[in-house]
Amino acid sequence: MANVSKSSRTAGQKSAPKAVPARGKNGFKPEEKKPDAAQTAAPVAAAAAGAPQASHSGMPTRNPGAVNPYLPHMATVQEVIKETHNIMTFRVVLNDQEVMKNFHFEPGQVGQLSLFGAGEATFVINSSPTRREYLQFSVMRAGEVTAALHGLRPGDTVGVRAPLGNHFPYQAMKGKDIVLIGGGIGMAPIRTLLYYMLDNRADYGKITLLYGARSPQDMAYSYELPEWLSSKDMECVLTIDREAEGWEHKVGLIPNVLLEMAPQPDNAVAVTCGPPIMIKFTLEALAKLRFAPEQIITTLERRMKCGIGICGRCNIGEKYVCVDGPVFTYAELQGLPNEL
Amino acid sequence: MNAALKFLPHEHLKAWLEELAGTMRVLAPQKEGAAVVYRAFDPSREPELIRKPTESAKHILFPRSEALFAFHKKKAPFAPDSLNPDGSQAEKEEPATPAMELTPPEQPGPTVVFGMTGCDAGGVTTFDPVYGGRYQDPYYLQRREATVLIARACNEALSTCFCTWVGGDPANRRDADILATRLENGWLLEPLTERAERVLGSTLLGDAGEAEAREAEALHAKARAAIGEAPDLTGIEDALPALFDDKDFWWSESAACLACGACTYLCPTCHCFTITDEKAGLSGVRLRAWDTCMAALYTLEASGHNPRGQKAARLRNRVGHKFAYFLKNHQGRISCCGCGRCIKSCPSSVDIRRIVLNALKRAKGKEAANG
Ligand code: SF4
Ligand code: SF4
Ligand code: FES
Repeated sequence: MANVSKSSRTAGQKSAPKAVPARGKNGFKPEEKKPDAAQTAAPVAAAAAGAPQASHSGMPTRNPGAVNPYLPHMATVQEVIKETHNIMTFRVVLNDQEVMKNFHFEPGQVGQLSLFGAGEATFVINSSPTRREYLQFSVMRAGEVTAALHGLRPGDTVGVRAPLGNHFPYQAMKGKDIVLIGGGIGMAPIRTLLYYMLDNRADYGKITLLYGARSPQDMAYSYELPEWLSSKDMECVLTIDREAEGWEHKVGLIPNVLLEMAPQPDNAVAVTCGPPIMIKFTLEALAKLRFAPEQIITTLERRMKCGIGICGRCNIGEKYVCVDGPVFTYAELQGLPNEL
Repeated sequence: MNAALKFLPHEHLKAWLEELAGTMRVLAPQKEGAAVVYRAFDPSREPELIRKPTESAKHILFPRSEALFAFHKKKAPFAPDSLNPDGSQAEKEEPATPAMELTPPEQPGPTVVFGMTGCDAGGVTTFDPVYGGRYQDPYYLQRREATVLIARACNEALSTCFCTWVGGDPANRRDADILATRLENGWLLEPLTERAERVLGSTLLGDAGEAEAREAEALHAKARAAIGEAPDLTGIEDALPALFDDKDFWWSESAACLACGACTYLCPTCHCFTITDEKAGLSGVRLRAWDTCMAALYTLEASGHNPRGQKAARLRNRVGHKFAYFLKNHQGRISCCGCGRCIKSCPSSVDIRRIVLNALKRAKGKEAANG
């Protein structure tokens, strides 16, 4: 596969990349969803430990000191990968080995990654729950916190509050043909789902991936592309916005390439993540291909702080993206106020 | 009549608060210049128990700014290089302590608030399902449990008061721990929750009976009458979403708004906050502080996209949250207690009552027009 002639440039810059684990290994089934499992083992005594039980009928009766959802797990950066000029990937391991061993998350769930002194920001956990040597976050530089995170080096300490939010409906997607469409940094949530499905290959029908970026240099995970392209378990189509030297794949905007590929909507589910403008036109393309709103899944970007439905920042109408999302079907989005 | 009613003669009020201050933090409204604010009870001054506090009481349970935890980076302990017997460099042992230490802050202990308004107590109970819902907020819940709320019945209403529109009452028995009514000769204290017992054991308190209860009831009825008829807000949780895309409506309702945020900071039910880190050297704190959804930057995403870049969209969200979204998430509860502070303090005379009534009228009109 000579395709990555350009994009392999970035692969050369990453520090000690690990080979992609062989498919189907570690293919254990994740346990039932336990959104709070990680927090019960918070690394520090909860702030209000020992607070008396609430008694008033109008008050919650659970011991308010038992869990402190604001305290992050301490974690260590194991590996740093420079993906593109503005995206870096961090592989982190929770310091408490017990917590790391018991850490469960679902494909699509997010985490708050923090650098103490710089602050927290939300990212999808883009490693797969089926591959648990580390938690992987890909960070696009876009502000103060992300710029500070880009300074992280192996061995540095970070905070991780995770898992948060809902996840891709991978159960309901079983037995269906899957069309994955990732644009730019939107490939991160797609990646976790892709590996989850590859590790549970028998559960799914045909898997098609369309991954687009502005240019070959803007393609994160370039070092994984040869394997995706040669895989017999999936069909992988890559596209860039404009012609580039040495590029042997598609050239064109994602919605146009998608229309050209014309995936069949029968018994299929499409999952699309990326910048709002790409999502908008991809939804239109999927509609043209006769995908029903219930067959289309996407993730929403929203500014977040608490990640637990309290700080009020991420609402769309009565829904909070941090706890009711970030994953929504297009049908669900149509039921929300038009404030995306 | 309630056998547990207590009576506090006016001349014993300060002695009682002083006695409580021996074992707990006592807060009461106090005049500060032109404003009335909550302060630690000062026996040398009179608490202000007639004028409505300028600020709400929410900061007692949800401070304007508080540390979620402090962090301290530990320097690796000094380990001199050492040599193995063969003269080679010995491997250094990994430091056993974590590189970063987190310390949650101390929380205030037992507290009593005397003389908050009933509407402000209503603000507190709109916080409860938010801070103790799907996720438990230990900071809020600890303070909530440690605090006895004594609401005073209002004997008169301001022109901006509308608690009865939104399920409140000048004699609010739904939300506080104790309802206090100012009678001719003293305060009638009516315990409403188990927490009330923590402050009602004093020998300065006498028992109250039928006569006091009747006197209080008459005052409550008079206050209710003074507030006047409450309009019927039934259907508001559907009317507002129905007008979501009605640009003309939201542009005209928000035209005067300066996006200053005063309404949200003074509001006893606004619960939004931000989280930021402050650092100096190796140590710092992760803070949370009140934030306002009326600010343009509030929803600005890292990508530059802003779903609520226009003030019309922000006002629509503020009113929509209180009078529609909150109702759907919390069993019909309106997230406005009718305190009127946002009306009284708005530099541009934006009136949430007017917006709500206009929305009801406009949605009904549209519905009729659509058959
Ligand atoms: S106080 Fe008035 S002017 Fe200020 S943000 Fe609120 S509505 Fe707008
Ligand atoms: S919205 Fe206005 S009237 Fe309602 S509780 Fe808040 S400040 Fe008071
Ligand atoms: S991020 Fe705080 S409510 Fe969603």
